[in-house]
Amino acid sequence: MANASAKLNAQSPCFGLVPIEHGTVRVVEVEPTHISAIAPFKGKTTAVNKALSASFGVRLPAVGRRVEKDAVACLWFDHSHAMLIGAKVDDSLSSLAAVTDQTDGWAVLNIAGDHVLDVLARLVPMDLRPSVFGTGSTARTMLQHIPISLSRLNADTFQIMAMRSMARSVVHELDLAMENVAARG
Amino acid sequence: MRIECPHCGERDLREFYYQGDATLAKRPAADAGEDAWDHYVHLRKNPAGVTSELWCHERGCGAWIVVERNTTTHAITSTKLVGDF
Repeated sequence: MANASAKLNAQSPCFGLVPIEHGTVRVVEVEPTHISAIAPFKGKTTAVNKALSASFGVRLPAVGRRVEKDAVACLWFDHSHAMLIGAKVDDSLSSLAAVTDQTDGWAVLNIAGDHVLDVLARLVPMDLRPSVFGTGSTARTMLQHIPISLSRLNADTFQIMAMRSMARSVVHELDLAMENVAARG
Repeated sequence: MRIECPHCGERDLREFYYQGDATLAKRPAADAGEDAWDHYVHLRKNPAGVTSELWCHERGCGAWIVVERNTTTHAITSTKLVGDF
């Protein structure tokens, strides 16, 4: 018989894997309250923008951009598709866009520190210099073989989103690269 | 090889998947007739020169892209979203 008092406790995607730190670089998990995918229906982009502005003060970002207002972020996520992070989307938006709750689907990590670019240079096949990929930039790319979303939050902080099933692999790759960069002194 | 994604800019080849000739992006109407469908399903040119190909930026933004590439030099002359093709 099931124990009536038994409780299931939710674990975050990177539970027990982070924080990790090597040299100047540190990785911590971020646990957004909500993550929703938003793909506006044909011809409804303006209406979606209106609804998002009214509710959260953000609009669908341009390609490769991340916008933020208070605790809510909206990032371009791929072709005709954005991700709203940090707030629950009103059900009424479903008449204007395909909206999917993906809160439990993503491992979200912040990586920060003086040598963060040296670490990411070993893992991500993109030019991440500030002149090319400044604060507020976002991209879909790869971390070694793992598809990710990568955003620059400020000069030395990046946010990595990977599918939850890849959490352990992402942390492993980061750990290894951070250790090797730190070893170079 | 690097490919210019219309959304993401120039990216490494490893982010892309090659589907085949861009003919695939021009599906004939259901009643277009046998010749049109024969051409769509089976017939491909094999030029030594400029050819149009269908690539997917699958490890990036997921967009399908028509890439115009010279098969003798690998020079890419244009890339556009399938919707604009």
